[in-house]
Amino acid sequence: MRRLINQRPGRGERLLLGALPFLALAVLYVIASQLRLAANAGDKLLPPASAFLDTLRSYALEEDLRSGRYLLWSDTWASLRRLLSALLISSAIGLTLALAIGVVPRIRALLAPLVNAVAMIPPLAMLPILFIIVGLEETAKITLIVIGIAPCITRDLALRAAELPAEQLIKVQTLGASTWQLLLRVVLPQMWPRLIDSLRLSLGSAWLFLIAAEAIASTEGLGYRIFLVRRYLAMDVILPYVLWITVLAVSMDLALRVLRRRAFPWAEAGS
Amino acid sequence: MATVSVRNVWKEYGTQVVLENLRLEIADHEFVTIVGASGCGKTTFLRMLLGVEQPTRGEIFIDGQPLRPEPGADRGIVFQRYSLFPHLTALGNLVLGLELKRSRWLGRLFGAPRRAVIRRATEVLESVGLGAARDRYPAQLSGGMQQRLSIAQSVICEPKILLLDEPFGALDPGLTADMHKLILSLWEANRMTIFMISHDIRESFELGTRLLTFDRLRHDPQSPEAYGASVTYDLPLQRRHDRAPASMPG
Repeated sequence: MRRLINQRPGRGERLLLGALPFLALAVLYVIASQLRLAANAGDKLLPPASAFLDTLRSYALEEDLRSGRYLLWSDTWASLRRLLSALLISSAIGLTLALAIGVVPRIRALLAPLVNAVAMIPPLAMLPILFIIVGLEETAKITLIVIGIAPCITRDLALRAAELPAEQLIKVQTLGASTWQLLLRVVLPQMWPRLIDSLRLSLGSAWLFLIAAEAIASTEGLGYRIFLVRRYLAMDVILPYVLWITVLAVSMDLALRVLRRRAFPWAEAGS
Repeated sequence: MATVSVRNVWKEYGTQVVLENLRLEIADHEFVTIVGASGCGKTTFLRMLLGVEQPTRGEIFIDGQPLRPEPGADRGIVFQRYSLFPHLTALGNLVLGLELKRSRWLGRLFGAPRRAVIRRATEVLESVGLGAARDRYPAQLSGGMQQRLSIAQSVICEPKILLLDEPFGALDPGLTADMHKLILSLWEANRMTIFMISHDIRESFELGTRLLTFDRLRHDPQSPEAYGASVTYDLPLQRRHDRAPASMPG
């Protein structure tokens, strides 16, 4: 018998093992739900799986009587629009600042302390300020996410840029590159895969700030819906919504991973 | 094509003297090989020629002009490792230098000028025996291929001086004979002045037209950092056999 650390599961076994905890949780839920419902048929805390499906059907396939919209899709669209705009803006800010901070010593001296300080401000503490300055509309929510994740992306990428071997930067100078050309042709292209890694790590916080902003001031969105129906203890809405958010987040993470592998094969083969 | 003149150069870090009073006149098209124990300032000397470190005292002149205190296109460099760009293919690594020279703002060429530099880079790639590896990334190349590519990458930009910091130090001994042939043919074809650090004495005698050894002349056991290294031997070398000037396209 080989040692445990030398026993590697095959592909099928790996999938099975990975699915096991999910199945266990599902079974646990169904049992607990049935026990509660047996004791009290009107229980709202752990609704049966059939209630999820009913809710999903009505939210996804039937128009809302009041607004005339398909709530699940309009909520998803509203949330994703905010999230993706914020990710895009944060990437642009992060990349630009990080290139300059990571490679140009003067700009590092000028901006690195500021970025480090801003990264320490709890973003939620900024939320009231944002509401006062930019109002309760979309701008405030997107700004909150950007404030939450852009400093981290900036710091991460600046570190990565500074980590590039000095030999590379010297070499490209001996090929006649100016600072601008060096940033454009040597540093920036090597930052793309690292930006993707950084975004993947930031996805969790981005969702956190999104839900927080929607919970406090919004009229649509996944976070808004969850906090709205909380008043009625509508677990049959909340739980499917949370699952749906998880599915969205995991798919985004997966998409980024695939994008990195497809678009930057050199980064995979690398050291 | 360049003469190098090193005039009374000292390099100190705080109280530690690394190099003391270097005086050298290097003729055009010289192949200078440098040997010496580790920690005796060979690499510091090369880095001063490169422009990433400045002499504490004294000056270095290239063709009579003071050396610009930063790396530039007149001095090419090949390090032992890490001098290739991992995100570019072998061809891309060669094309980069040509593109940088011709496109100031984008660092990229399009259309006919791009086809022209690709043609030129392909010729050079083939002349260093990497024609088949043209679309591979550096991480997919062997150590020997990487160093060939790195040398070609410098040479394609036609530097006046080529600096080599133990370029073959990490390679299998079997590969170095080929690399020697390559570097000599490029040296002949491009009329560069070459400085090469090596830890291999035989290699230094074989390749160089002038051999420098770096060592400490004086030693104080109480404070070993008090005296720096200097050139202890400066040997002009006679080529044992003339190499045929090899073909370097363009």
